[in-house]
Amino acid sequence: MDIFLQQLLNGLVLGSLYALVALGYTMVYGILELINFAHGEVVMIGAMVALTVLGVLAGTPLPPAAMLAIAAAVAIPACMATGFTIERVAYRPLRRAPRLAPLITAIGVSIVLQNVAMIVWGRQYVSFPPLIDVHIHEVAGATITNVQIAIVALAALIMAGLLLLVRRTRLGRAMRATAQNREVAELMGVDVNRVISATFVIGSALAAVAGMMVAAYYGLAHYAMGFMLGLKAFTAAVLGGIGNIPGAMLGGLLLGIIESLGAGYIGDLTGGFLGSHYQDIFAFLVLILVLVFRPSGLLGERIADRA
Amino acid sequence: MSALLPRRWRSDPRFAWAAFAALGVLLAALPFIVDAGMGRSWVRILAFALLYVMLALGLNIVVGFAGLLDLGYVAFYAVGAYVYALLASPHFGIHLPFWVLLPLGALLACTAGVVLGAPTLRLRGDYLAIVTLGFGEIVRIFLNNLNAPINLTNGPQGVNLIDPIRFGDTALHPAVDLFGVSLPATHAHYYLFLAFTLLTVFVALRLQRSRIGRAWVAIREDEIAAVAMGIDTRNVKLLAFAMGATFGGVGGGLFAAFQGFVSPESFTLMESIMILCMVVLGGMGHIPGVILGALLLTVLPELLRYVGPLQEAVLGRVAVDPSDLRMLLFGSALVVAMIFRPEGLWPSPQRARELSPDNPDETRQEQESLFDATR
Amino acid sequence: MPPAEAPLLEARGVSKRFGGLAALADVSLAIGRGEIYGLIGPNGAGKTTFFNCLTGLYQATEGAFLLGGARLAGLKPHAIVARGIARTFQNIRLFANMTALENVMVGRHARTRSGVLGAILGTAATRAEERDTVERARALLAYVGIEPRAHDLAKHLPYGDQRRLEIARALATEPQLLALDEPAAGMNATETAALKALLERIRHDGVTLLLIEHDVALVMGLCDRVAVLDYGRRIAEGTPAQVRTDPQVITAYLGGALP
Repeated sequence: MDIFLQQLLNGLVLGSLYALVALGYTMVYGILELINFAHGEVVMIGAMVALTVLGVLAGTPLPPAAMLAIAAAVAIPACMATGFTIERVAYRPLRRAPRLAPLITAIGVSIVLQNVAMIVWGRQYVSFPPLIDVHIHEVAGATITNVQIAIVALAALIMAGLLLLVRRTRLGRAMRATAQNREVAELMGVDVNRVISATFVIGSALAAVAGMMVAAYYGLAHYAMGFMLGLKAFTAAVLGGIGNIPGAMLGGLLLGIIESLGAGYIGDLTGGFLGSHYQDIFAFLVLILVLVFRPSGLLGERIADRA
Repeated sequence: MSALLPRRWRSDPRFAWAAFAALGVLLAALPFIVDAGMGRSWVRILAFALLYVMLALGLNIVVGFAGLLDLGYVAFYAVGAYVYALLASPHFGIHLPFWVLLPLGALLACTAGVVLGAPTLRLRGDYLAIVTLGFGEIVRIFLNNLNAPINLTNGPQGVNLIDPIRFGDTALHPAVDLFGVSLPATHAHYYLFLAFTLLTVFVALRLQRSRIGRAWVAIREDEIAAVAMGIDTRNVKLLAFAMGATFGGVGGGLFAAFQGFVSPESFTLMESIMILCMVVLGGMGHIPGVILGALLLTVLPELLRYVGPLQEAVLGRVAVDPSDLRMLLFGSALVVAMIFRPEGLWPSPQRARELSPDNPDETRQEQESLFDATR
Repeated sequence: MPPAEAPLLEARGVSKRFGGLAALADVSLAIGRGEIYGLIGPNGAGKTTFFNCLTGLYQATEGAFLLGGARLAGLKPHAIVARGIARTFQNIRLFANMTALENVMVGRHARTRSGVLGAILGTAATRAEERDTVERARALLAYVGIEPRAHDLAKHLPYGDQRRLEIARALATEPQLLALDEPAAGMNATETAALKALLERIRHDGVTLLLIEHDVALVMGLCDRVAVLDYGRRIAEGTPAQVRTDPQVITAYLGGALP
C-alpha cells in the first residue's frame, strides 16, 4: 500500500510539472491550432539559464531564497523573449499556410534551440547547486520532500493565477475571443497579433518556472531535456482536451500519476518482462490511445467535421 | 527515368541518350574518381548518399505524394535493419542469406506501417505527425531495452559482426574479385546501392504516374473532394504508408549489411527529421528534387569537418565542435525552407515555370497554394 | 406529378440533427430517372446538409436514401460514388495543383482497378486501363468544352471553366445521379445560359440531375420538378409553375413573389 501511495505522490509532483508545461501547448493550440513543438525547448532554456545564474550566485553570501528569486527574474524574461521571437520568426509568416507548414518550422526551431543550447552549455548535465536544505516528510508510510511540496503548491498557485487572468481580465477575454474565431475577434477590435504574442509570452513564462522546478526536482538539467518533457506535456494537453486550460491541468496530473503508477507496477504487470525503464512509453501509449479513441480529450468538446 | 532530365532535353531523344550515357559513365566511374581524388571515406559517403536517396524517396511517397507528415519514418528503417542484424549475425547464431532477409525485412516494415497506420490515419495531419513520432520513439525504446530479461536486441550495445552480403560464394566484404580486379567493399556496396537506388527511382516514378499515385495526390490536395470521387481514402492512405515503410525496410537491411553493426543510436528522431529535411528541401512530391535533397544533405554536412581546421586557422582554437553544427543546420534549413521556399530547391518544372519572374502575378498565388503540398 | 415508374432516388423521412439543431426534418422526395430535379430554399434551409447526407459525408439521424430501390444507409461516401451518385461542391473543390486532365482522371478511380503491383510492373492490363482513363478524361473535357485547357493546373483555369471541370470530374465516375451544389453561383448571364445547355445535354445523355440553385430563373427554366426546403422541412414540391404560386413558398422567401 505504501508503494501505491508513494507512486501517487510522485505522480502528483511530476503531474504538476507536466501541467505547467501543458498549459503552454494548450494555449497556443487553442488560439492558433498549432502544435508549438519548440515549447519543450523553452522549458529547457528556462532551466539552463536559471542554473547558470545560480552557478554564478552560489559563491555569494545571498540567502538561497534571494538566489532563486534572482534566477527566476533572469530565466522568466529570457524565456518570454525566446517565445516571443519564435512566434515572430517562425510561425507568424506562415499564419495563412496549411497546418503542416508551421508544424515543420516548429520542428526546425526545436532542433535549432536544442543545438544552440548544446553549443552554449555543452553535452554534459548541469547540476542544481546545493542551496536548498531538503527535508523529508513522512506521510502514511510514503515520503515527500519540501522541494516536492513547494513544486506542487507553486504550480497550483500559478495555475489559479492563469485561470483568473484568462477568465477575469481584458487580455483573457481577448484571448478567448481569438480562440473562438480569429476573424470575428479582429473585426470586434481585438489586436489579434498582440493576443498571439501575449499567449506565447505567458506560456513561455510558465515554461521558465516549470524548467526551474524540473531542475530542482531532478537536481540537474540537460540540453535535450525539453524534448521528452515537451512531448509528455503535449500528451497531457491532448489527454485533457487540447485548447482547454483546466483540461491541461487535469491531463498533466493524470499523466504524471499514470506514469508513476505504471513505472511502479509494470514489472508486476508483465511478469518481470518489462522494467521501469519503459516509463517513457506510457506517455506515448496514452497519446496514441487518446488520439485514436477520444481525440477531443477528457474535457474537450467533440468537433463536428465539416464538409 | 527521363523525368530526371529537363524538358528541353527530353524533347530530343539524341540529347536524352547522350545525357544518359554520360550520367551512366559518371555514376560507374565515380567511386574510382572519388577514391583517387578524395579518399576511401568519401566513397563510403557516396554509398550512404544513395541509401538516403532510397529512404527519402520512400518518405516522399508518404509526405510528398499523400501529404501525410510521418515523423517516425525511421522506425521502419530500424525494423529492416534489425531483421537483417538479428538473423544474420552471431547474436542468435542464425545466418540467413541476404536475399531472404531483405524481402523479409521489407515485409515486416510494411506490416508495421499497416499496424501503425490502420488506427491512426484518420487523424488530422498534425496529430498524425505526433503519433508517428511517438511510434518511432516507442520502437527505439524497445530496441534499447529488450536486452533483458531475454536478450532480443542486445540493448544499447547493438548487434555486431553482421554477415556481409554474399552472391553465391562471393562476399562483398572485405573485397570482391571481379575478373582479376579487386573491388574494395565500399566500391562494391556503392554499385549494389546504385542498383537499388535506380530500382527505387523506377518504382517511385511508376507509382507517381498511376491510378494510386493520382489518388495520393488527390487526397493531399483535397481529402473531401477525393472521397467524393470514390476514393477510399483510408485504404489509399494505408497503401502510401505501407509503400513508404517498405522502402524504409529495404533501406534498413542494406544499412545493416553495409555497416556490419546496428544500434538504437542510428534510429533516433533526428534521423527521421533529417530524411524529412531531404524531402522538404529537395521539393516535396517531385522525385528529382527529393534525390537532389538527399544527395546534398548527405554530402554537405561532411564538409563541416573542414570547419574545425578553419576555426583554428582563423580563431586559433576550435570554438564550436563542427559535428555540433550538423543538426543546427538541418533545423535552420527546415525553418528557412518553409518560410522562403516551401516548394523546395528543385520543384517540378510546372511549378518552376510558374515561379519564374516573367510571371509576377502568379508568383504570389503560387506561393500560397504551394503550401497545399503539405496539407 | 410523381413519375409513374419506380424512382431513381428516394429520400424517406430524412432527418439530420446537430446537437439540438434540426438541420433536416423528415424530408421525403422522389426523383425519377432522367429528371432534372431542383432543390431550392432560403440560405440555411438545409440544402447542402441534404447533399452531404445523400453523399455519405454525414449520416442521417433518421430516415434513409434509396437508389434504384437499394438502401444507401451506412455506406461510406466512396461506396456511394460506386453505386452511382456523384456530386459537385458549392465552393469549388478541385485538386488545385493537378492539371485539368488529371482531375478528371481521378474521377475514374471508382471505375478502375489497377493497384500498386500493376503500376510497378507495368502490366498490359494496367497500361490498357491507363490509356482508357486518359481517353475518357479527354473526351469528358471536350464534352464540357474545356479540352484546350487539359494541361493547365486546375487552379489556373478561369472560374467558369473550374465549374465545368468539376462537372466533368463528377461525370467521370459514371453516375446515374449527378448532384450539383449551386453550379451557376458566380456566373454571368452568358455563362449561365451555356451551363443550362450543358446540363440539358447531360440529362439527354441519360444522367439524372439534382441541383441546388439560387438562380431562380435557371431553376424555373431547367427543372422538371422542384422541392422547396425551409428550416429543414420540405414545404412544397411540384413543377416550377406550381411551386412559384405556392403561398407557403412565397412566405418562406420573405413575402417576396418569385420572379
